[in-house]
Amino acid sequence: MARIVGIDLGTTNSLVAYMKDGQPCVVPDRNGRTMVPSVVALTDNGLIVGDSAKEHLTRNPERTVYSVKRFMGKGLADVQDELVYFPYHITETGGVIRIRLGQKSYSPPQVSAMILKELKLRAEASLGESITKAVITVPAYFNDSQRQATKDAGLIAGLEVLRIINEPTAASLAYGLQQKTQGTIAVYDFGGGTFDISILKLKDGIFEVLATSGDTHLGGDDLDRVLVDLFIGDIRDRYGIDVDRYPDHMQTVRLEAERAKIRLSDELKTEITIELPEDKGRFTRELTRDQLEFLVAGIIERTLAPCRIALKDAGLTPKGIDEVVLVGGSTRMPLVRQQVEALFGKQPHCHLNPDEVVALGAAVQADILSGGTTDMLLLDVTPLSLGIETMGGVMSSLIRRNTTIPASAKEMFTTYVDGQTGVDIHILQGERELVKDNRSLAQFRLKVPPLPAGVPRIEVTFLIDANGILNVTATDMRTAKSQSIEVKPSYGLSDTEVERMIEDSFKFAAEDVTARKLIEARLDAEALIKTTDKSLVDAGHLITEEDADGIRTSLSQLSIAKNGTDPRVIRAHMAELEQTAKHLNVLMLDHSLKKSLHGKKVSEVS
Amino acid sequence: MGYTPCPLLLMDNQQSPPHPDTRRQLQMARSMCWHCQSEVTGEYFCDRCVKVQPVSKETDYFTCLGFPRRLMLDPQKLEAKFYELSRTFHPDFYQTKSADEQTISLSNAAVLNTAYRTLRDSIQRAEYLLALETGSVKDIRTSPPADLFEEILDLQDTLEEYRASERDSEQGHRLRATLQTEQEALERRKEGMEAQLRQLFADWDKLQDAGEATSLARVERDRILKQMRDLLSNRTYVNNIVNDLAATIA
Repeated sequence: MARIVGIDLGTTNSLVAYMKDGQPCVVPDRNGRTMVPSVVALTDNGLIVGDSAKEHLTRNPERTVYSVKRFMGKGLADVQDELVYFPYHITETGGVIRIRLGQKSYSPPQVSAMILKELKLRAEASLGESITKAVITVPAYFNDSQRQATKDAGLIAGLEVLRIINEPTAASLAYGLQQKTQGTIAVYDFGGGTFDISILKLKDGIFEVLATSGDTHLGGDDLDRVLVDLFIGDIRDRYGIDVDRYPDHMQTVRLEAERAKIRLSDELKTEITIELPEDKGRFTRELTRDQLEFLVAGIIERTLAPCRIALKDAGLTPKGIDEVVLVGGSTRMPLVRQQVEALFGKQPHCHLNPDEVVALGAAVQADILSGGTTDMLLLDVTPLSLGIETMGGVMSSLIRRNTTIPASAKEMFTTYVDGQTGVDIHILQGERELVKDNRSLAQFRLKVPPLPAGVPRIEVTFLIDANGILNVTATDMRTAKSQSIEVKPSYGLSDTEVERMIEDSFKFAAEDVTARKLIEARLDAEALIKTTDKSLVDAGHLITEEDADGIRTSLSQLSIAKNGTDPRVIRAHMAELEQTAKHLNVLMLDHSLKKSLHGKKVSEVS
Repeated sequence: MGYTPCPLLLMDNQQSPPHPDTRRQLQMARSMCWHCQSEVTGEYFCDRCVKVQPVSKETDYFTCLGFPRRLMLDPQKLEAKFYELSRTFHPDFYQTKSADEQTISLSNAAVLNTAYRTLRDSIQRAEYLLALETGSVKDIRTSPPADLFEEILDLQDTLEEYRASERDSEQGHRLRATLQTEQEALERRKEGMEAQLRQLFADWDKLQDAGEATSLARVERDRILKQMRDLLSNRTYVNNIVNDLAATIA
């Protein structure tokens, strides 16, 4: 079976990992960096991803997308409150958020697909083989739409997503593999944009999730925002400038807030410096860890309620937890560690790198699926109750939250009116009583034979697969005939739309390759210009004026071509310059050789 | 007047008898391997072609987990069996197999999970057994214990009063104290019923172990089932009130 990689598609950073000799390992880039910033920027040369895109956050904020994970599987109304924090343009079409980049709009799965593609390329370059299959992690508390959107992102990136697994459970696999623990563990996963808590029982290689809870809109981003608001207020008071009117400066403020927060995990106080718009100079202030903790205490407090719910659902008290494992960059904050320790009454375990542990776990799960690891098995749960709308706008649960998956449930439907030819079935996910307070997953119309009211018997089966994704089938019990139901997701991309996006991505793949070639050609041209210039200075006296002029002409032609957009033209001019400067280069080589030999005896060089 | 959302009927469909035609079909499917058509003698796999076999929809949860119809099950043994069967059926181990086998593994794992969830909890286990033995579980639901009826009506009034009152007022404190006392009393009551249930569970297991087919045994069987049904129904009712109380006072 072809190799399956494990991918942590994070709010802030993403990673790809694979299994090597029974141990999971993360794939680094050429510079040894394991994390790819989850940032996509539209530049004059096309779309770029990762570290290079991150540089555009301040230079080009309106065309640089970050934290796209917060928009996965969501409608515009879901995120209305936080739009002000994002400098890029967000709209909605067909119930799905779209992000405007230049002339085109992209859905969150398309943007995520660009990040996935970058990871795919990285893995292919490192492993020297084509990668087409992956396990991708999602926050445990992701609902059906968000999982579906993640799967779509994989498809668009040209990856067959063999399994969607939950981040905290993935972390537990990596943890369990390395620590060989038995017992009950709590995984506290506080990342860039989401918070999850999962309680698991580890026994004889079985990882049984007892309960999971969380908040898909609670993470490091929210901590940064508190500081952003503080700095904006300060700047307004001191300089009378509304920084939030300047997108690029807002990004500077946000990045400085994030960096200050990170510094304060190690230091007790730090200095903030922010360049002000319109040459108003720079804003500086001091921030202490105490001040930060005072400001974010309320947000960190919000992680504790899901912890208590998960404990209750698992039927446990904090005493019943043998070990607490920390995952996600936000758990580096001392206050977070203190709060976790206070709640569970034990010091949390943080020997594993909280940035990498999820990707490592995904690689372990990938190995299980490919048949490599056979002694470990993950039994996960569905985080949210699944039900249908019943009379009076009330949700009736069919599958309760924290039910082990795969899970199935059946409900019998019949007609209410004589001769009725169909019933509307509205599928919901959530814990609230009323339909309007829960997530609408899908609505479909079920055909029934026109019979007296109450006579038709249609059995609708809900099946949650091992990815936590819902499938629906209906059977007419009179004829025992199964009807497949087209479930149109209320907040997702349709199949045709996903297909079109896959096609687009191949089309853009060609464009992307051109963009890459252009960047490379420009870099190479610059290097050649620089060395030729140097040769002219060092050895120009050795050639005729005529030759030197020829070289200068070629040089200026290449300089012009370099600013064009066709990599082939650049390469052609480079070849020409190499040709005209050939003689110079030979002389240059001799010259430097002679220089280095100068003053040495023959015996020393032969 | 075309479509009406009306999920009606069959509160508890797991126990509903399937359509006669479906039943015959499923039983046939069980005795014959879906893949090589030879007779299946192994428990979960075909002996000849080693393909996983679908767990029949007729299989009750006790049979599915390999336990007799008893009410005092050892949770450790139940868990061990559940883990063992999870290793047998979980879709993770069928990723490299055919699409048919993947479908079977998925539905078997779903049945196994439901079976374990039902049998793991002693109350759900008893309700399930009652449904198996008496054919219907619809009227188990909930009903107040006869002798508690008056008391519960009073309690509902107090609850209403408390909800309407100022939490920090003297009246609020007084009502809260009353409700707390009530909650404790009802919790003790619930524990009492659970103790009675455990006795009935033991009686049931003893009767089954004896395996006598006398008319006396039949009378005893009916008594246990009848008492169990009433107790389960009352316990659920009281349990709901206790939860309601706890949520209101908290």
